[in-house]
Amino acid sequence: MSAVLDVVATLGRAVLGALARIGRLALFAGEALSCLVRPPFALRQFRQQFIEIAYFSLPVVALTALFTGMVLALQSYTGFARFNAESAIASVVVLSVTRELGPVLAGLMVAGRIGAAMAAEIGTMRVTDQIDALTTLSTDPMKHLVAPRLLAATLAMPLLVIVADIIGVMGGFLVAVFKLGFVAQAYLDATFDVLELMDVVSGLVKAAVFGFVVALMGTWCGYNSRGGAQGVGQATTTAVVASSILILALDYVVTAAFFSE
Amino acid sequence: MQDSPTPKIRLRGLRKAFGPKQVLDGVDLEVRARHSMVILGGSGSGKSVTIKCILGLIRPDAGVIEVDGADVTRLNRRDRAALMDRMGMLFQNGALFDSIPVWENVCFKLLAQRRISRAQARDHAAEALAQVGLAASVGDLSPAELSGGMQKRVALARAIAARPDIIFFDEPTTGLDPIMGAVIDGLIVDCVERLGATAVSITHDMASARRIGDDAAMIHGGRIVWTGSAEALGRTGNAMVDQFANGEREGPIRMELRK
Repeated sequence: MSAVLDVVATLGRAVLGALARIGRLALFAGEALSCLVRPPFALRQFRQQFIEIAYFSLPVVALTALFTGMVLALQSYTGFARFNAESAIASVVVLSVTRELGPVLAGLMVAGRIGAAMAAEIGTMRVTDQIDALTTLSTDPMKHLVAPRLLAATLAMPLLVIVADIIGVMGGFLVAVFKLGFVAQAYLDATFDVLELMDVVSGLVKAAVFGFVVALMGTWCGYNSRGGAQGVGQATTTAVVASSILILALDYVVTAAFFSE
Repeated sequence: MQDSPTPKIRLRGLRKAFGPKQVLDGVDLEVRARHSMVILGGSGSGKSVTIKCILGLIRPDAGVIEVDGADVTRLNRRDRAALMDRMGMLFQNGALFDSIPVWENVCFKLLAQRRISRAQARDHAAEALAQVGLAASVGDLSPAELSGGMQKRVALARAIAARPDIIFFDEPTTGLDPIMGAVIDGLIVDCVERLGATAVSITHDMASARRIGDDAAMIHGGRIVWTGSAEALGRTGNAMVDQFANGEREGPIRMELRK
């Protein structure tokens, strides 16, 4: 009997701990969002973060999208050829890229690049007293460090995904036309015939949600890091893993919200 | 020097625990206006926690913190910001922001509050750097390019740049050679006198304590166990303080060593 109670108690402690962490994360997000509507605004920090996320993430996001589009066209061709359905390749590529692969892969790439950098930078600031120093210099760390990153990532991700969508579709086009022998105009017609506004919009909404999640987890893990270099390393790992899992989970939630009957 | 009847800072019954560890267990302390108070104590005795409570970086569990006679223990965001405008802090490791150059570090508070333009800030930073014996050209360097002593000087320049009337110094000479330590102490004394500020320092370094302090207090077991003149350190008649000041192994203070 006592063994059963021990198991229940352990489970209870774990659930309570998880709920407490979720509560603290929600309070953290709420305070950061409140900073976005309370002046003064950290415009300089926002501009720096926006450039860092939107501009400097372009190469990695573009390359990922290009090869994904290319592989998608090739795989679809080998699969669909069995059913004489090669003509569906253009539709498969454009819908997969705009609805799913563009936002998800861009989100995962940005989680690795930006989420990790945010956690490492803010975590180092925490363990070297720089965040306390901000407070003593009459500067709210939430306003100065967290809010600009959340806003910049939320706004920059849709722009990155627009680029990823275009390059991903272009990757599929290149393979279809130059390797598989499709007629260029016919491929493009098939692409634009099937594409609807909602396909692109749903991808951009996902991108904004993923950007927010990446920045939230990066700043939260960094802000709460403890114990020197090891603590910063742990915060960085947690930020990337947690934001990657959340991206995949929220991808389902947003997809269900847009496309469920 | 004219003593004000109301202490600049008064702590009454300050308590703070981290989990099961009671770090502050009823700290009572008064800091006279325009005087320099040095708080001594062993590692983990609660010196840093005490000044972090005064600065509002840590919320105490109980007790009262008064600044100029007003209770500042539970201030709202706006009043806390107003209080912080009057305070400066030199952190043990400098805590300079490594993503911006030295001149921006020095004028960070003034720029954040838009009290000066970025063009004016460069000149203001050069003046503040001159006060701590650094050339204006240092302003263009990154903090990572500076030696430990120079980082301490820049951190001191940042602490005084907004002309605070209360300045806190956390182990200002830790990690410096004795000559550089003496130089930093001299700069601290000069800056505090020039500003007419009240200073609160925490240190292990007895030579430093005597150089920068008018008054001294010793914290042990979460309480203030002695206060007196900094000049008297080492011959106070209090066995605990004299053991600490003279670095003696035997005495009432027992180090907890695991066997």
